[in-house]
Parts: sequence; structure tokens; C-alpha cells
Amino acid sequence: MRHVLAALVENKPGTLARILNLFRRRGFNIESAAVGETDDPGISRLTIVVNGDNNVVEQVIKQLNKLIEVIKISNLSQDRMVGRELAMIKVAVDKESLSEIIGLSEIFRTKIIDVSTRSLIIEITGDEDKVNAFVDIMRRFGIKEMARTGLVALARGQKATEIERED
Amino acid sequence: MSKNKKVKGTKIIVDSLKDEKVEYIFGIPGGSIIPLYDEYYDSDIKHILMRHEQAAAHAADGYARATGKTGVCTTTSGPGATNLVTGIATAYMDSVPLVALTGQVETISIGNDAFQEADITGITLSITKHNYLVKDVDELQRIIKEAFYIASTGRPGPVLIDLPKDVQTGETEYDPNITVNLRGYKPTYKGHPVQIKKAADMILNAERAIIIAGGGVTISGANKELINLSELLNIPVATTIMGKGTFPEDHPLSLGILGMHGTTYANYSVSDSDLILAIGTRFSDRVTGDASRFAPDAKIIHIDIDPAEIGKNVRVDLPIVGDSKNILNSLLSILKTKISNENKGRYKKWIEKVSTWKMEHPLHFNEKTDTLKPQYVIKRLYEITKGNAIIVTEVGQHQMWTAQYYLCKNPRQFISSGGLGTMGYGFPASIGVKIALPNSLVFDVAGDGSFQMNCQELATAVQNNIDVKVAIINNGYLGMVRQWQELFYNRRYSNTRLGYLPDFVKFAESYNAKGIRVTKKSEVDDAIQEAIRYDGPVLIDFRVEEEENVFPMVPAGKTLTNIIEVDKR
Ligand SMILES: Cc1ncc(C[n+]2csc(CCOP(=O)(O)OP(=O)(O)O)c2C)c(N)n1
Ligand SMILES: [Mg+2]
Repeated sequence: MRHVLAALVENKPGTLARILNLFRRRGFNIESAAVGETDDPGISRLTIVVNGDNNVVEQVIKQLNKLIEVIKISNLSQDRMVGRELAMIKVAVDKESLSEIIGLSEIFRTKIIDVSTRSLIIEITGDEDKVNAFVDIMRRFGIKEMARTGLVALARGQKATEIERED
Repeated sequence: MSKNKKVKGTKIIVDSLKDEKVEYIFGIPGGSIIPLYDEYYDSDIKHILMRHEQAAAHAADGYARATGKTGVCTTTSGPGATNLVTGIATAYMDSVPLVALTGQVETISIGNDAFQEADITGITLSITKHNYLVKDVDELQRIIKEAFYIASTGRPGPVLIDLPKDVQTGETEYDPNITVNLRGYKPTYKGHPVQIKKAADMILNAERAIIIAGGGVTISGANKELINLSELLNIPVATTIMGKGTFPEDHPLSLGILGMHGTTYANYSVSDSDLILAIGTRFSDRVTGDASRFAPDAKIIHIDIDPAEIGKNVRVDLPIVGDSKNILNSLLSILKTKISNENKGRYKKWIEKVSTWKMEHPLHFNEKTDTLKPQYVIKRLYEITKGNAIIVTEVGQHQMWTAQYYLCKNPRQFISSGGLGTMGYGFPASIGVKIALPNSLVFDVAGDGSFQMNCQELATAVQNNIDVKVAIINNGYLGMVRQWQELFYNRRYSNTRLGYLPDFVKFAESYNAKGIRVTKKSEVDDAIQEAIRYDGPVLIDFRVEEEENVFPMVPAGKTLTNIIEVDKR
């Protein structure tokens, strides 16, 4: 099964290596990992997407929890989270394809962020299905290069992956 | 800004070690750790110069296992640090509190393949509880404080601190009021009261309960509580090898050790039980056999301080995360209020069944023969020392015979590499043990193969007059592997015959230690007594029967009831 894990971790050198090492040890392939600072600059938030047997993933989560630098980790269930990904796609263009690409881009509400005579860079944000669908369509025109951030996700509603504060 | 005067990094280190009440350090110096050794030169912390860094880690580990205190070792960068790896991994597998201080090249050279540079924090990532590369002398004191805290609390383990040379020589202020604040590390000590209540109910409703006690009981110091619990309701106790001694093995409710070379009655009892109370054990494959068919009728209550152990290897019906001693105390007080006359005797029938197994399947070897049996040596060692020696072992058949025939009454009495199974562990560990417990008799029961993996430490023992006794169970083989080859590979003894062995008596004498050779049964007692009387390190070379096997044995991957009990030859 596919799992989306969200972790709050100390923003320190080596933290990421330690976390990824636990996946490597079990031969997990990480589908995506996105990391960035939170409102507290000492803490980073890491979103990891992995495919794996539920029990094994649960075991990895427990092991991750044991890492000194992991403050909190949760397994976000698919139906109770919102996820977004950003991709930048460099597509080949010529006179004939230009207007078609622009039209499609508008339908997907993307942004064109760089224009040259032979290519465009298009920025798209959305859930993975949307990004995947757009990428598929662009293939037809020739994708020269592409960069994806990987998924970032938050739990819906009140629930939060946050540090329990001691009273 | 501040009125404190600046001091060197090395001074911070030594003062921090003193704050942690470190008395002994085991190690070997080298280029990138000279500044720290220069500080050791004036310090009253005693440094034991070892002859190999692996041995330094094992000695610190032995010191830690004997006392429960954190062991400390120091090495240089590069090869000094990489030589520690086996020692650190050994400590990690058995949850031993250890702090390793390694020298490192200067911070500006890190990553440039400088002379004697090794990425030791990268290398030890998966065998340390945590590790640090100190990049700034201002962080040094906090890091050392954290390292000792992490190593010794929760589920203990090794922590490595990598110390670039310029961090050692850099200057900063010493803060006498430093505290630890780790928001990602908060071990759970108190068990959940609802879970403990449920456990009490399960214990009072089962028919065939058994306790499995592991190394966590030793670490937590829960042995008294364990005895009280067992005696309160007459619940038999089997221990893992790591838990050996947590329950007195001469106690009528003791089943000795379980698992691959455990007693038949322990394995039968566990397999037939309807309730297992597992305390501080991780259900290793050497303990459970085929985990999917482990104790099929039993409900399992698992008490452990490490939540990641719950459900890792076997199914668990009731987890209780926390410190064993705390939890057993709560459990005992609940049980005492709930216990009735009718409850008290509920395990009577069960105990009878267990006792029958005990009578019908005792540990057994041929005592009548004139040949020198390894088990006989251990048995006499046990009898002559009245079961009071601290026993350290190497790894192999001799280790298993010792686990079977040297009955232990106390935790921390049997010190052995259980998880990693490190040959060469015992002798250097025994040096650490003896330093920690100078008034105890310390025996390293060794194999001829294992001993040779760290025999250079005889120099350390003689130099410092560390009075350890080594009983080499000399069978001329890498015996445990030979046994597997005999049983499962058609006696094809590929590379297990040692073929050439040194004369261990002359070996001892060349270090100015005492060497004794024993070839006959009749010489065993005198040799042991002479070794005990002699003031200083002694090697006894017991030339035992070469192809003796360790039984009972549950072959790897088989169910616990699948026991080879006797030698079929
Ligand atoms: C460092 C290391 N290398 C290899 C092994 C594999 N091994 C396990 S037991 C054993 C034989 C040990 O021989 P010896 O010390 O003579 O003990 P015996 O089994 O003969 O009593 C070996 C090679 C190990 N456990 N540790
Ligand atoms: Mg041998």
C-alpha cells in the first residue's frame, strides 16, 4: 500500500540521512520526499511517500520515532489529507503547437514562467493526479526536462502533526 | 559579555566526563586525538591502554554490563575509529550504554580524504543509538551531556562523538548549569495503568502461564520484582540468554534458558503455555524458533521500554510500554489486591506438568566417560566457584555450554554477546568487568577460535595486573560452525578445523601470565583452584573432546518443540 508520512524533525545536518537510512536498510524505494522549514526554523517538515506492506511501514514508523531528531511522525491516511505537488515542465514548442499548449495550460490553470523560441517552462500545482494528467498530455509535444517537488501534505480539519506541548 | 574564562575543548571534554562520574576510559591514542590524550595526561580519570580498538569498545562494554554505568572508549580517527565498529555493533545489539569518543581530522579537511579520515558518523549510523560530529567547540559540552543522557536512558545503547582536532583545541566557556532538552527523545517509563490492570486479569484467568525474562529485566533492575511476581502465583520463569541470572537458576520455578540451545523443559513449557508474560525481551529468532508457530495457544503480554519491539517479531495481545521495574511493581500491587485463595493455586496443575518435563528431560551429557568433556569443565567451574563467579564468554559452543551449565543467581553475572554473537568479545570484556568489580572472581570462558581474535589483550591485563582468568575450551575447531556442518552439511568440515593452534601455556608465559594445561578429567579441579589462587591473569588450556555437540538444539527456523535432544552418533 501507498503511505504518506509526515514528520517534524530537527533542522540539523544528518537528520535526513538518518531517516532515509532506515528506509534503505529495509530496501524501500522512496517515491518522493519533500522537506522544508516550518514556522519554527529549528524544525523541518518532511513528507515521505513510500510503497510498502502495512506492517513493515508501521515498523519503520516506530523506528523513525526512535530517532532522536524525529520529534513527531504520522501516517496520513489518504482520505483525510490534502496533498499538493509542484512540477516545472520544459516543453518543446514551435509555431504550430504554441497556441495549443497555451490553451491546455489554461485549462489546467498552470503558469508559464519562462518563454524562449523553442521551449516553454510551465509550472503546475495540484494533487498528483492532476500533475500526472498534465505531464501525460505534455509528453505529446516533447518534454525536454522536468522537475517535481514530490508530495507535501497536511491532514484535513483540526488534526495536526504538531509537537505536544507540555503543560 | 560573560565572566567565565575560556577553556580548551579538551578540558571541556574531561570536565564533562567527570560530571558524568566517569572513572575509567579504554582506548588507544593517535594523531587526531593527541590533544585529548594530552588532557588525559593530567586527569585523575584512569585510562587503560588497550592493544586494539575493538577490544577498547568491548572492555568499555564489559564495564557497562557489569555495573549498569556508561562505558567510555577513545580512539583516533580513521583506522582507530573503524576498528571500533564491531564493538559498537555488539553494544548496540545488546542495548549497552556506551560513549565512544573518536578523533577526527580538522573541520576544514573533512570530506577531502585527508590522512586518516573516515566518515565514522556515516559508518556507524545504523549501529549507534545516536551519533554526533562536533563542528563547533561551543556545541561540545551540550553534545557530551546529551550523549551520556541518550546512552544511559530509555533503552540504552552506544553513542559516538566524533571530535575534529580543531574542536579539541578550540576554546569556549564551560557552563556548570548545562541541561539536556531533547524534544524528540522522551522515553516512556510508566506503563499504562489500564493495560497493567488487563495484564493482571489475564494472569488471574490463565491456566498455563509462563514468564520470559530478557535483558531488559537486568537493565531495569527488576529482578526482585520478577521473583516476587513468579512466587506470588507460582509462575515458572524461563530467561533468554540476555536475561540469564535475572531469575535465580537454582530456584524451583526456574526453567533455565529457552530457545535454540535452551532446556527442553523451557521450550516445551513455552510452547504449551496459554499465557506468556514477556518482560524486556525482543523475541529474537534464537529465542522463538519459527516465529509464526511460536507458542500457538498463548496470549502474549509484552512489557518493553521500546515501543518498536512490540509486535516486531511475534504477535502481541497486550503491549505495555515502559520500564519493567515500574510496571512489575504496579502489576504486583494490583495482583495482591485481587488474589484470592482460589486464584493462588491456579497454576498447581501446570507446575506439575512442567516439573514432569523437568524430570524427564534434564540437561544431559555423558559424565561417566574418562574423556574430558567440555560440559564437565563448566560444571566443575560452577561447583568450585559455588556459582559466585562473574562469567564472561566468547561465542560458540563453549558459550552455550556455559549458558546451560553455569547457573547464575544474579543479573549482570553472565556477560556475553547475545545479539551480534561477536567472537573475541569475551576476553577484552572481562578486562572491563574486572576493573569494574575488582573484588569479584571473573572468568572468561573462551573458545580456542574466539580467544585468538583478541588474545593480544593479555598485555593489557598483565600490564595493569587485571586479574582475569581465561578458561579456554580448546576443541581444535570453530566448534559451533563445525556442529552445524556435522548436522546439516553432511560432516563436510569446510574451514572449521583450526589446524594450527599456539601453545596457549607458552603464550601466557610469554606475557608473564600464568598458563595451565589440562588434558585429563582428574586435572580439572586442581587447575581451576590454582587459577583462583594465583594473583594475576591465568589461561587454562582445557583440551576437551573435539567433536562434542551442544544439545538440546532447535535447528534454526524450526518450531521450539522440534528439539534434537541427544547425540545420535
Ligand atoms: C567475529 C565472528 N566471526 C565469525 C563468527 C561465526 N562463528 C560463530 S561460532 C564460531 C566458532 C567459534 O569457535 P570457538 O571460539 O573455538 O568456539 P567453539 O564453538 O569451538 O566452542 C564461528 C566461527 C562469529 N560468531 N563471530
Ligand atoms: Mg573451538
